[in-house]
Amino acid sequence: MNIDILFRIAGIGILISVLCIVLKQAQKQEQAEMLTLAGVVIVLIMVVQLMNQLFTTVRSVFNL
Amino acid sequence: MEITQVVGLALICTIFLLLLRQEKPVMAILLSLVFSVIIFTSMMGKLASIIDVMRELTRRAGINYFFLTTILKIVGVAYLGEFAAVICQDAGEQAVARKVEFAAKVIIAVLALPIMVAILESLMAIMPA
Repeated sequence: MNIDILFRIAGIGILISVLCIVLKQAQKQEQAEMLTLAGVVIVLIMVVQLMNQLFTTVRSVFNL
Repeated sequence: MEITQVVGLALICTIFLLLLRQEKPVMAILLSLVFSVIIFTSMMGKLASIIDVMRELTRRAGINYFFLTTILKIVGVAYLGEFAAVICQDAGEQAVARKVEFAAKVIIAVLALPIMVAILESLMAIMPA
């Protein structure tokens, strides 16, 4: 059970929401949006790799 | 004691989700997705041993191996469909979730067709002509 990816994603999410608040306070809405987008893309890449792993496992166990 | 690990992880994940849900809903959805994937992969070894026992029983009972393969495929399709549907529902996309469930149902019906045909054929064999 590798749970570190879960903590990594939670950490990225919290960090990005804090940074977003800071950037919005500094009147930099566009950069806040860019930051959100970048965070989502980074997490999405990790999630896609994990999903690939899951699908391979499911395919081998249930021989789909 | 696997259950303590699962319960602890679930509670921690819930706290993180509560934190993330208000600021970044996308991150919350991704986190819950990762949580379900982790739980499923950690249960996969046990599931594989259960399936091995079922294979052994099928071999001993002399049942056609094709039926067990079909049942396993149906379970796999149902699991994956439910997985995606619940995530979509969590994100508030009811329409996408319904479509995924519909597709899973159709695929399961297609997979079950050969078994239905086999039942009908054995019924025809039993019935006097």
